[in-house]
Amino acid sequence: MRKRKAKLGGTLSKIYTAFMYVFLYLPIAVIVVYSFNTSKMNISFEGFTFDWYAKLFHNQPLLESYGNTLLVGAASTIIATIVGTLASYGMSKYKFKGKGIIDALLYVPVVIPEIVLGIALLAIFNLSNIPMGLLSLIIAHATFSIPFVVFTVNARLAGFDRSVEEASMDLGASRSKTFFTVTLPIIMPGVISGAFLAFTLSVDDIIISFFTTGPGSNTFPLKVMELIKTGVTPDVYALTTIVFIITIAIVIVTQHDKKKIA
Amino acid sequence: MRKSYKIRNKTIPLLATVSPVVIWLTLLVAAPLIYVFFLSFLSTDGYNVVFRFSFDNYINLLNPTYLEIYTNSFIIAFFTTVICIVLGYPFAYIMAKANKKNKAVMLIMLMVPFWTNSLIRLNGWKTILGKTGVLNSILIDSGIINQPLEILYTRGAVLLGMVYTLIPYMILPLFASIDKLDDGLLEASNDLGANKTKTFLHVTLPLTFSGVFSGSIMIFIPSLGFFFVSDIMGGGKSQLIGNLIETQFKAANNWPLGASLSMLLILLILILVTIYKKSGGDMKDLGVM
Repeated sequence: MRKRKAKLGGTLSKIYTAFMYVFLYLPIAVIVVYSFNTSKMNISFEGFTFDWYAKLFHNQPLLESYGNTLLVGAASTIIATIVGTLASYGMSKYKFKGKGIIDALLYVPVVIPEIVLGIALLAIFNLSNIPMGLLSLIIAHATFSIPFVVFTVNARLAGFDRSVEEASMDLGASRSKTFFTVTLPIIMPGVISGAFLAFTLSVDDIIISFFTTGPGSNTFPLKVMELIKTGVTPDVYALTTIVFIITIAIVIVTQHDKKKIA
Repeated sequence: MRKSYKIRNKTIPLLATVSPVVIWLTLLVAAPLIYVFFLSFLSTDGYNVVFRFSFDNYINLLNPTYLEIYTNSFIIAFFTTVICIVLGYPFAYIMAKANKKNKAVMLIMLMVPFWTNSLIRLNGWKTILGKTGVLNSILIDSGIINQPLEILYTRGAVLLGMVYTLIPYMILPLFASIDKLDDGLLEASNDLGANKTKTFLHVTLPLTFSGVFSGSIMIFIPSLGFFFVSDIMGGGKSQLIGNLIETQFKAANNWPLGASLSMLLILLILILVTIYKKSGGDMKDLGVM
Protein backbone atom coordinates (compact mmCIF):
# COMPACT_ATOMS: atom_id res chain seq x y z
CA MET A 1 0.00 0.00 0.00
CA ARG A 2 2.67 2.44 1.01
CA LYS A 3 4.78 1.51 -1.97
CA ARG A 4 1.87 2.06 -4.30
CA LYS A 5 1.29 5.46 -2.77
CA ALA A 6 4.94 6.39 -3.26
CA LYS A 7 4.78 5.24 -6.86
CA LEU A 8 1.69 7.36 -7.42
CA GLY A 9 3.54 10.34 -5.94
CA GLY A 10 6.43 9.68 -8.30
CA THR A 11 4.15 9.61 -11.33
CA LEU A 12 2.38 12.78 -10.20
CA SER A 13 5.67 14.64 -9.81
CA LYS A 14 6.76 13.46 -13.25
CA ILE A 15 3.53 14.75 -14.78
CA TYR A 16 3.88 18.04 -12.92
CA THR A 17 7.50 18.49 -13.99
CA ALA A 18 6.52 17.80 -17.61
CA PHE A 19 3.66 20.31 -17.36
CA MET A 20 6.01 23.02 -16.07
CA TYR A 21 8.56 22.43 -18.82
CA VAL A 22 5.82 22.52 -21.47
CA PHE A 23 4.71 25.85 -20.01
CA LEU A 24 8.29 27.18 -20.11
CA TYR A 25 9.18 25.90 -23.59
CA LEU A 26 5.86 26.26 -25.44
CA PRO A 27 6.42 29.83 -26.71
CA ILE A 28 9.96 28.92 -27.81
CA ALA A 29 8.65 25.91 -29.72
CA VAL A 30 6.13 28.17 -31.46
CA ILE A 31 8.91 30.61 -32.41
CA VAL A 32 11.07 27.82 -33.87
CA VAL A 33 8.13 26.41 -35.87
CA TYR A 34 7.08 29.82 -37.20
CA SER A 35 10.62 30.65 -38.30
CA PHE A 36 9.95 28.10 -41.09
CA ASN A 37 6.51 29.51 -41.97
CA THR A 38 5.91 30.81 -45.51
CA SER A 39 3.32 33.34 -44.27
CA LYS A 40 4.73 36.71 -43.28
CA MET A 41 2.17 37.68 -40.70
CA ASN A 42 2.87 34.50 -38.71
CA ILE A 43 -0.77 34.06 -37.72
CA SER A 44 -1.36 30.64 -39.19
CA PHE A 45 1.13 28.11 -40.45
CA GLU A 46 0.94 27.90 -44.23
CA GLY A 47 3.99 26.08 -45.47
CA PHE A 48 7.62 25.17 -44.82
CA THR A 49 10.49 27.41 -45.97
CA PHE A 50 14.09 28.33 -45.19
CA ASP A 51 13.60 31.77 -46.78
CA TRP A 52 13.59 33.70 -43.52
CA TYR A 53 17.05 32.41 -42.67
CA ALA A 54 18.33 33.72 -46.00
CA LYS A 55 16.45 37.02 -45.55
CA LEU A 56 17.87 37.42 -42.07
CA PHE A 57 21.36 37.95 -43.50
CA HIS A 58 20.11 40.87 -45.58
CA ASN A 59 18.27 42.52 -42.71
CA GLN A 60 21.02 44.98 -41.82
CA PRO A 61 19.19 46.88 -39.01
CA LEU A 62 18.28 43.63 -37.25
CA LEU A 63 21.82 42.23 -37.45
CA GLU A 64 23.21 45.56 -36.36
CA SER A 65 20.94 45.58 -33.30
CA TYR A 66 22.18 42.11 -32.39
CA GLY A 67 25.77 43.30 -32.84
CA ASN A 68 25.04 46.17 -30.44
CA THR A 69 23.58 43.76 -27.90
CA LEU A 70 26.72 41.63 -27.99
CA LEU A 71 28.98 44.69 -27.82
CA VAL A 72 27.12 46.24 -24.88
CA GLY A 73 26.99 42.81 -23.21
CA ALA A 74 30.73 42.19 -23.61
CA ALA A 75 31.84 45.70 -22.57
CA SER A 76 29.55 45.92 -19.54
CA THR A 77 30.50 42.39 -18.47
CA ILE A 78 34.22 43.23 -18.56
CA ILE A 79 33.69 46.39 -16.50
CA ALA A 80 31.32 44.70 -14.01
CA THR A 81 33.62 41.70 -13.60
CA ILE A 82 36.72 43.79 -12.87
CA VAL A 83 35.01 46.30 -10.56
CA GLY A 84 32.93 43.57 -8.86
CA THR A 85 35.79 41.11 -8.30
CA LEU A 86 38.09 43.80 -6.85
CA ALA A 87 35.26 45.02 -4.62
CA SER A 88 34.41 41.57 -3.33
CA TYR A 89 38.06 40.85 -2.61
CA GLY A 90 38.73 44.20 -0.92
CA MET A 91 35.52 44.23 1.10
CA SER A 92 36.01 40.73 2.44
CA LYS A 93 39.64 41.38 3.37
CA TYR A 94 39.65 44.89 4.82
CA LYS A 95 37.55 46.77 7.32
CA PHE A 96 36.98 50.43 6.56
CA LYS A 97 34.68 53.33 7.34
CA GLY A 98 31.47 53.39 5.33
CA LYS A 99 31.64 49.70 4.49
CA GLY A 100 28.06 49.25 5.69
CA ILE A 101 26.88 51.96 3.30
CA ILE A 102 28.61 50.32 0.34
CA ASP A 103 27.13 46.97 1.37
CA ALA A 104 23.64 48.49 1.44
CA LEU A 105 24.17 50.34 -1.86
CA LEU A 106 25.04 47.04 -3.52
CA TYR A 107 21.54 45.76 -2.75
CA VAL A 108 19.83 48.82 -4.22
CA PRO A 109 20.07 47.80 -7.91
CA VAL A 110 18.93 44.30 -6.92
CA VAL A 111 15.76 45.26 -5.05
CA ILE A 112 14.52 48.43 -6.74
CA PRO A 113 12.40 47.88 -9.85
CA GLU A 114 14.40 48.21 -13.03
CA ILE A 115 12.17 51.04 -14.16
CA VAL A 116 13.27 53.19 -11.21
CA LEU A 117 16.97 52.57 -11.87
CA GLY A 118 16.29 53.19 -15.56
CA ILE A 119 14.70 56.60 -15.10
CA ALA A 120 17.26 57.57 -12.44
CA LEU A 121 20.12 56.80 -14.85
CA LEU A 122 18.31 58.62 -17.66
CA ALA A 123 17.93 61.68 -15.42
CA ILE A 124 21.58 61.70 -14.31
CA PHE A 125 22.92 61.13 -17.86
CA ASN A 126 20.77 64.01 -19.00
CA LEU A 127 22.04 66.22 -16.18
CA SER A 128 25.70 65.40 -16.78
CA ASN A 129 25.47 65.65 -20.60
CA ILE A 130 26.62 62.10 -21.18
CA PRO A 131 25.65 61.31 -24.79
CA MET A 132 22.84 58.76 -24.98
CA GLY A 133 23.88 55.77 -27.05
CA LEU A 134 26.16 52.78 -26.75
CA LEU A 135 28.29 54.41 -24.05
CA SER A 136 25.32 55.21 -21.80
CA LEU A 137 24.00 51.67 -22.37
CA ILE A 138 27.33 50.12 -21.35
CA ILE A 139 27.53 52.27 -18.19
CA ALA A 140 23.91 51.44 -17.29
CA HIS A 141 24.34 47.71 -17.82
CA ALA A 142 27.58 47.61 -15.80
CA THR A 143 25.71 49.37 -12.98
CA PHE A 144 23.06 46.67 -12.56
CA SER A 145 25.58 43.86 -13.12
CA ILE A 146 28.24 44.86 -10.58
CA PRO A 147 26.27 43.71 -7.48
CA PHE A 148 25.63 40.26 -9.00
CA VAL A 149 29.35 39.81 -9.69
CA VAL A 150 30.17 40.90 -6.12
CA PHE A 151 27.66 38.40 -4.64
CA THR A 152 28.89 35.50 -6.77
CA VAL A 153 32.55 36.16 -5.99
CA ASN A 154 31.67 36.66 -2.29
CA ALA A 155 30.22 33.14 -2.24
CA ARG A 156 33.48 31.77 -3.61
CA LEU A 157 35.62 33.84 -1.23
CA ALA A 158 33.63 32.58 1.76
CA GLY A 159 35.32 29.20 1.45
CA PHE A 160 38.76 30.65 0.72
CA ASP A 161 41.63 29.88 3.08
CA ARG A 162 43.49 33.15 3.70
CA SER A 163 46.59 31.37 4.98
CA VAL A 164 47.52 30.50 1.37
CA GLU A 165 47.97 34.21 0.72
CA GLU A 166 50.09 34.63 3.83
CA ALA A 167 52.27 31.73 2.75
CA SER A 168 52.79 33.32 -0.65
CA MET A 169 53.76 36.64 0.90
CA ASP A 170 56.04 34.97 3.47
CA LEU A 171 57.83 33.39 0.54
CA GLY A 172 58.51 36.88 -0.80
CA ALA A 173 55.78 37.45 -3.38
CA SER A 174 54.39 40.99 -3.51
CA ARG A 175 50.76 41.72 -2.70
CA SER A 176 49.76 42.12 -6.34
CA LYS A 177 51.73 39.06 -7.41
CA THR A 178 49.99 37.07 -4.68
CA PHE A 179 46.60 38.33 -5.88
CA PHE A 180 47.19 37.42 -9.52
CA THR A 181 49.03 34.12 -9.08
CA VAL A 182 47.42 32.70 -5.92
CA THR A 183 44.09 34.30 -5.06
CA LEU A 184 42.65 34.95 -8.51
CA PRO A 185 43.12 31.39 -9.81
CA ILE A 186 41.38 30.04 -6.70
CA ILE A 187 38.36 32.37 -6.94
CA MET A 188 38.24 32.08 -10.77
CA PRO A 189 35.12 29.82 -10.89
CA GLY A 190 33.22 32.51 -8.94
CA VAL A 191 34.55 35.24 -11.22
CA ILE A 192 33.52 33.30 -14.33
CA SER A 193 30.00 32.57 -13.11
CA GLY A 194 29.67 36.22 -12.07
CA ALA A 195 30.73 37.33 -15.55
CA PHE A 196 28.34 34.82 -17.09
CA LEU A 197 25.47 36.18 -15.00
CA ALA A 198 26.38 39.77 -15.92
CA PHE A 199 26.38 38.90 -19.63
CA THR A 200 23.04 37.08 -19.36
CA LEU A 201 21.43 40.03 -17.59
CA SER A 202 22.79 42.50 -20.12
CA VAL A 203 21.76 40.60 -23.25
CA ASP A 204 18.16 40.19 -22.03
CA ASP A 205 17.73 43.65 -20.54
CA ILE A 206 14.73 45.59 -21.79
CA ILE A 207 13.62 48.18 -19.26
CA ILE A 208 16.91 49.86 -18.35
CA SER A 209 18.04 49.86 -22.00
CA PHE A 210 14.72 51.41 -22.98
CA PHE A 211 15.48 54.49 -20.88
CA THR A 212 19.24 54.77 -21.37
CA THR A 213 19.58 54.31 -25.12
CA GLY A 214 19.86 57.11 -27.64
CA PRO A 215 18.52 57.65 -31.13
CA GLY A 216 19.98 55.19 -33.59
CA SER A 217 21.54 52.77 -31.11
CA ASN A 218 19.15 49.89 -30.81
CA THR A 219 19.85 46.69 -28.99
CA PHE A 220 18.11 43.48 -30.06
CA PRO A 221 15.45 43.60 -27.29
CA LEU A 222 14.67 47.23 -28.13
CA LYS A 223 14.40 46.36 -31.81
CA VAL A 224 11.94 43.58 -30.94
CA MET A 225 9.94 45.99 -28.79
CA GLU A 226 9.66 48.34 -31.75
CA LEU A 227 8.68 45.46 -34.09
CA ILE A 228 6.01 44.07 -31.76
CA LYS A 229 3.87 47.15 -32.40
CA THR A 230 3.78 46.53 -36.16
CA GLY A 231 4.17 42.75 -36.14
CA VAL A 232 7.28 40.64 -35.65
CA THR A 233 8.58 39.26 -38.96
CA PRO A 234 9.72 35.61 -39.11
CA ASP A 235 13.35 36.60 -39.78
CA VAL A 236 13.45 37.75 -36.13
CA TYR A 237 12.23 34.25 -35.21
CA ALA A 238 14.96 32.80 -37.43
CA LEU A 239 17.59 34.80 -35.53
CA THR A 240 16.07 33.73 -32.21
CA THR A 241 16.12 30.09 -33.33
CA ILE A 242 19.80 30.32 -34.27
CA VAL A 243 20.67 31.92 -30.92
CA PHE A 244 18.58 29.29 -29.09
CA ILE A 245 20.44 26.45 -30.82
CA ILE A 246 23.82 28.04 -30.01
CA THR A 247 22.73 28.37 -26.36
CA ILE A 248 21.76 24.71 -26.19
CA ALA A 249 25.09 23.74 -27.78
CA ILE A 250 27.02 25.80 -25.22
CA VAL A 251 25.03 24.23 -22.37
CA ILE A 252 25.67 20.70 -23.61
CA VAL A 253 29.40 21.33 -24.14
CA THR A 254 29.92 22.97 -20.74
CA GLN A 255 27.88 20.30 -18.91
CA HIS A 256 29.90 17.63 -20.70
CA ASP A 257 33.19 19.28 -19.65
CA LYS A 258 31.99 19.51 -16.08
CA LYS A 259 31.38 15.78 -16.03
CA LYS A 260 34.88 15.12 -17.36
CA ILE A 261 36.44 17.22 -14.58
CA ALA A 262 34.31 15.62 -11.92
CA MET B 1 56.07 53.15 14.51
CA ARG B 2 55.22 49.67 13.43
CA LYS B 3 51.54 50.43 13.67
CA SER B 4 51.63 53.44 11.33
CA TYR B 5 53.62 51.37 8.89
CA LYS B 6 50.96 48.75 8.95
CA ILE B 7 48.16 51.24 8.30
CA ARG B 8 49.96 52.79 5.34
CA ASN B 9 50.63 49.33 4.04
CA LYS B 10 46.94 48.55 4.04
CA THR B 11 45.71 51.81 2.51
CA ILE B 12 46.99 51.26 -1.02
CA PRO B 13 45.51 47.78 -1.59
CA LEU B 14 42.28 48.91 0.05
CA LEU B 15 42.03 51.89 -2.29
CA ALA B 16 42.99 49.80 -5.30
CA THR B 17 40.29 47.22 -4.69
CA VAL B 18 37.40 49.14 -3.15
CA SER B 19 37.55 52.63 -4.67
CA PRO B 20 36.22 51.65 -8.14
CA VAL B 21 33.03 50.21 -6.66
CA VAL B 22 32.65 53.11 -4.23
CA ILE B 23 32.95 55.66 -7.03
CA TRP B 24 30.67 53.68 -9.34
CA LEU B 25 27.90 53.15 -6.79
CA THR B 26 28.08 56.74 -5.57
CA LEU B 27 27.88 58.30 -9.02
CA LEU B 28 25.53 55.82 -10.68
CA VAL B 29 23.28 54.51 -7.92
CA ALA B 30 23.24 56.94 -4.98
CA ALA B 31 23.49 60.23 -6.91
CA PRO B 32 20.84 59.36 -9.54
CA LEU B 33 18.33 58.27 -6.89
CA ILE B 34 18.95 61.39 -4.80
CA TYR B 35 18.47 63.42 -7.97
CA VAL B 36 15.15 61.65 -8.66
CA PHE B 37 14.11 62.52 -5.09
CA PHE B 38 14.78 66.23 -5.80
CA LEU B 39 13.14 65.99 -9.19
CA SER B 40 9.94 64.77 -7.55
CA PHE B 41 9.50 68.20 -5.90
CA LEU B 42 10.06 70.20 -9.10
CA SER B 43 7.61 71.13 -11.86
CA THR B 44 7.46 71.16 -15.61
CA ASP B 45 6.51 73.79 -18.16
CA GLY B 46 5.23 71.09 -20.48
CA TYR B 47 8.62 70.47 -22.02
CA ASN B 48 11.46 71.19 -19.58
CA VAL B 49 11.92 70.69 -15.88
CA VAL B 50 11.36 73.94 -14.01
CA PHE B 51 13.10 74.60 -10.69
CA ARG B 52 10.07 75.53 -8.67
CA PHE B 53 9.68 73.65 -5.41
CA SER B 54 6.23 72.21 -4.65
CA PHE B 55 4.35 69.19 -3.38
CA ASP B 56 2.06 69.26 -6.42
CA ASN B 57 3.37 66.01 -7.87
CA TYR B 58 2.61 64.17 -4.66
CA ILE B 59 -0.88 65.66 -4.52
CA ASN B 60 -1.33 64.61 -8.17
CA LEU B 61 -0.54 61.02 -7.20
CA LEU B 62 -3.99 60.89 -5.59
CA ASN B 63 -5.71 61.48 -8.94
CA PRO B 64 -8.59 58.94 -9.22
CA THR B 65 -7.35 57.62 -12.59
CA TYR B 66 -3.99 56.88 -11.00
CA LEU B 67 -5.59 55.24 -7.98
CA GLU B 68 -7.33 52.89 -10.37
CA ILE B 69 -3.99 52.07 -12.02
CA TYR B 70 -2.34 51.40 -8.62
CA THR B 71 -5.19 49.06 -7.73
CA ASN B 72 -4.89 47.19 -11.03
CA SER B 73 -1.11 47.03 -10.63
CA PHE B 74 -1.39 45.66 -7.08
CA ILE B 75 -3.97 43.07 -8.10
CA ILE B 76 -1.70 41.85 -10.91
CA ALA B 77 1.41 41.88 -8.69
CA PHE B 78 -0.41 40.06 -5.88
CA PHE B 79 -1.82 37.31 -8.10
CA THR B 80 1.47 36.97 -9.98
CA THR B 81 3.20 36.34 -6.64
CA VAL B 82 0.56 33.89 -5.41
CA ILE B 83 0.48 31.92 -8.67
CA CYS B 84 4.29 31.80 -8.74
CA ILE B 85 4.30 30.35 -5.20
CA VAL B 86 1.60 27.79 -6.01
CA LEU B 87 3.22 26.69 -9.28
CA GLY B 88 6.82 27.14 -8.15
CA TYR B 89 6.77 25.43 -4.76
CA PRO B 90 5.97 21.87 -5.95
CA PHE B 91 8.46 22.28 -8.77
CA ALA B 92 11.23 23.51 -6.46
CA TYR B 93 10.37 20.67 -4.06
CA ILE B 94 10.58 17.99 -6.75
CA MET B 95 13.85 19.52 -7.97
CA ALA B 96 15.37 19.59 -4.46
CA LYS B 97 14.41 15.97 -3.80
CA ALA B 98 15.77 14.68 -7.14
CA ASN B 99 19.10 12.87 -7.30
CA LYS B 100 22.24 14.86 -8.00
CA LYS B 101 22.28 14.26 -11.75
CA ASN B 102 18.59 15.02 -12.30
CA LYS B 103 18.88 18.09 -10.10
CA ALA B 104 21.57 19.57 -12.36
CA VAL B 105 19.58 18.74 -15.51
CA MET B 106 16.35 20.18 -14.11
CA LEU B 107 18.10 23.36 -13.02
CA ILE B 108 19.75 23.93 -16.37
CA MET B 109 16.49 23.18 -18.21
CA LEU B 110 14.81 25.78 -16.04
CA MET B 111 17.38 28.40 -17.00
CA VAL B 112 17.68 27.72 -20.75
CA PRO B 113 14.41 29.48 -21.78
CA PHE B 114 15.60 32.60 -20.01
CA TRP B 115 18.53 32.94 -22.37
CA THR B 116 16.04 33.57 -25.15
CA ASN B 117 14.90 37.16 -25.11
CA SER B 118 11.78 37.60 -22.96
CA LEU B 119 10.01 39.89 -25.46
CA ILE B 120 10.30 37.25 -28.17
CA ARG B 121 8.96 34.60 -25.80
CA LEU B 122 6.03 36.85 -24.88
CA ASN B 123 5.40 37.32 -28.58
CA GLY B 124 5.33 33.53 -28.82
CA TRP B 125 2.48 33.57 -26.28
CA LYS B 126 0.77 36.19 -28.39
CA THR B 127 0.96 33.85 -31.39
CA ILE B 128 -0.54 31.09 -29.28
CA LEU B 129 -3.33 33.06 -27.62
CA GLY B 130 -4.34 35.57 -30.30
CA LYS B 131 -7.80 35.69 -31.87
CA THR B 132 -6.54 33.79 -34.92
CA GLY B 133 -3.74 32.18 -32.94
CA VAL B 134 -2.64 28.59 -32.49
CA LEU B 135 -4.98 27.75 -29.61
CA ASN B 136 -8.12 29.22 -31.18
CA SER B 137 -7.33 27.55 -34.53
CA ILE B 138 -7.00 24.16 -32.87
CA LEU B 139 -10.19 24.59 -30.84
CA ILE B 140 -12.22 25.80 -33.80
CA ASP B 141 -10.87 23.17 -36.21
CA SER B 142 -11.67 20.40 -33.76
CA GLY B 143 -15.19 21.76 -33.34
CA ILE B 144 -14.94 22.47 -29.61
CA ILE B 145 -15.83 26.13 -30.04
CA ASN B 146 -17.39 28.21 -32.82
CA GLN B 147 -16.25 31.68 -31.84
CA PRO B 148 -12.58 32.40 -31.04
CA LEU B 149 -11.88 32.85 -27.33
CA GLU B 150 -10.84 36.33 -26.23
CA ILE B 151 -7.74 35.51 -24.20
CA LEU B 152 -5.17 37.97 -25.45
CA TYR B 153 -5.45 41.60 -24.34
CA THR B 154 -7.13 40.74 -21.05
CA ARG B 155 -5.95 41.02 -17.48
CA GLY B 156 -5.58 37.23 -17.46
CA ALA B 157 -3.13 37.43 -20.35
CA VAL B 158 -1.07 40.05 -18.51
CA LEU B 159 -1.04 37.75 -15.48
CA LEU B 160 0.12 34.83 -17.61
CA GLY B 161 2.92 36.95 -19.10
CA MET B 162 4.03 38.08 -15.64
CA VAL B 163 4.07 34.57 -14.18
CA TYR B 164 5.89 33.29 -17.24
CA THR B 165 8.57 35.99 -17.06
CA LEU B 166 9.09 35.95 -13.30
CA ILE B 167 8.63 32.36 -12.11
CA PRO B 168 12.35 31.40 -12.01
CA TYR B 169 12.87 34.19 -9.44
CA MET B 170 10.48 32.23 -7.19
CA ILE B 171 11.72 28.72 -7.98
CA LEU B 172 15.41 29.48 -7.38
CA PRO B 173 15.16 30.85 -3.80
CA LEU B 174 12.57 28.15 -2.97
CA PHE B 175 14.87 25.47 -4.33
CA ALA B 176 17.78 26.88 -2.30
CA SER B 177 15.76 26.84 0.93
CA ILE B 178 14.24 23.37 0.40
CA ASP B 179 17.57 21.94 -0.72
CA LYS B 180 19.38 22.93 2.48
CA LEU B 181 16.59 21.55 4.65
CA ASP B 182 17.91 18.85 7.00
CA ASP B 183 16.32 15.52 6.08
CA GLY B 184 16.86 14.40 9.67
CA LEU B 185 14.17 16.84 10.83
CA LEU B 186 11.65 15.35 8.44
CA GLU B 187 12.51 11.85 9.61
CA ALA B 188 12.23 12.95 13.23
CA SER B 189 8.77 14.37 12.59
CA ASN B 190 7.80 11.16 10.84
CA ASP B 191 9.19 9.03 13.70
CA LEU B 192 7.19 11.08 16.19
CA GLY B 193 4.04 10.00 14.38
CA ALA B 194 3.26 12.94 12.12
CA ASN B 195 1.98 11.99 8.69
CA LYS B 196 3.34 13.52 5.49
CA THR B 197 0.81 16.34 5.34
CA LYS B 198 1.42 17.26 8.98
CA THR B 199 5.20 17.14 8.52
CA PHE B 200 4.93 19.37 5.47
CA LEU B 201 2.68 21.92 7.19
CA HIS B 202 4.51 22.02 10.52
CA VAL B 203 8.14 21.37 9.56
CA THR B 204 8.92 21.87 5.87
CA LEU B 205 6.77 24.92 5.22
CA PRO B 206 7.88 27.00 8.24
CA LEU B 207 11.54 26.15 7.59
CA THR B 208 11.31 27.17 3.94
CA PHE B 209 9.26 30.28 4.64
CA SER B 210 12.30 32.52 4.11
CA GLY B 211 12.54 31.21 0.54
CA VAL B 212 8.86 31.96 -0.04
CA PHE B 213 9.31 35.46 1.35
CA SER B 214 12.46 36.36 -0.60
CA GLY B 215 10.95 34.90 -3.78
CA SER B 216 7.82 36.97 -3.22
CA ILE B 217 9.84 40.18 -2.89
CA MET B 218 11.76 39.33 -6.06
CA ILE B 219 8.46 38.94 -7.92
CA PHE B 220 6.08 41.44 -6.36
CA ILE B 221 8.37 44.45 -6.81
CA PRO B 222 9.40 43.97 -10.47
CA SER B 223 5.86 43.09 -11.53
CA LEU B 224 4.74 46.60 -10.54
CA GLY B 225 7.19 47.98 -13.08
CA PHE B 226 7.10 45.51 -15.99
CA PHE B 227 5.30 47.82 -18.39
CA PHE B 228 6.30 45.81 -21.46
CA VAL B 229 4.33 42.76 -20.26
CA SER B 230 1.14 44.79 -20.03
CA ASP B 231 1.92 46.45 -23.39
CA ILE B 232 2.33 43.13 -25.18
CA MET B 233 -0.15 40.86 -23.40
CA GLY B 234 -2.68 43.49 -22.32
CA GLY B 235 -2.52 45.63 -25.44
CA GLY B 236 -2.24 48.74 -23.26
CA LYS B 237 -5.66 48.08 -21.74
CA SER B 238 -4.33 46.95 -18.40
CA GLN B 239 -2.16 49.80 -17.13
CA LEU B 240 0.44 49.30 -14.39
CA ILE B 241 2.46 51.74 -12.26
CA GLY B 242 5.32 50.95 -14.65
CA ASN B 243 3.29 52.15 -17.65
CA LEU B 244 2.45 55.33 -15.78
CA ILE B 245 6.12 56.08 -15.05
CA GLU B 246 7.15 55.20 -18.58
CA THR B 247 4.57 57.62 -20.01
CA GLN B 248 5.83 60.47 -17.83
CA PHE B 249 9.41 59.97 -18.98
CA LYS B 250 8.66 59.36 -22.65
CA ALA B 251 5.36 60.56 -24.19
CA ALA B 252 4.06 63.01 -21.56
CA ASN B 253 7.49 64.47 -20.79
CA ASN B 254 6.58 65.16 -17.18
CA TRP B 255 9.72 63.95 -15.43
CA PRO B 256 8.87 65.40 -11.99
CA LEU B 257 5.58 63.51 -11.86
CA GLY B 258 7.35 60.35 -13.03
CA ALA B 259 9.94 60.92 -10.30
CA SER B 260 7.26 61.17 -7.61
CA LEU B 261 5.69 57.92 -8.85
CA SER B 262 9.13 56.31 -8.59
CA MET B 263 9.47 57.58 -5.03
CA LEU B 264 6.17 55.86 -4.26
CA LEU B 265 7.67 52.57 -5.48
CA ILE B 266 10.87 53.13 -3.49
CA LEU B 267 8.83 53.76 -0.33
CA LEU B 268 6.94 50.53 -0.89
CA ILE B 269 10.19 48.58 -1.32
CA LEU B 270 11.68 50.07 1.83
CA ILE B 271 8.61 48.91 3.75
CA LEU B 272 8.71 45.40 2.26
CA VAL B 273 12.46 44.96 2.79
CA THR B 274 12.17 46.23 6.39
CA ILE B 275 9.43 43.69 7.13
CA TYR B 276 11.55 41.02 5.44
CA LYS B 277 14.61 41.83 7.56
CA LYS B 278 12.54 42.16 10.76
CA SER B 279 11.09 38.72 10.18
CA GLY B 280 14.60 37.29 10.07
CA GLY B 281 15.16 37.32 6.31
CA ASP B 282 18.72 37.46 5.03
CA MET B 283 19.50 40.17 2.46
CA LYS B 284 21.89 37.70 0.81
CA ASP B 285 18.91 35.57 -0.28
CA LEU B 286 17.61 38.44 -2.39
CA GLY B 287 20.71 38.36 -4.57
CA VAL B 288 20.44 34.75 -5.71
CA MET B 289 19.77 34.23 -9.36
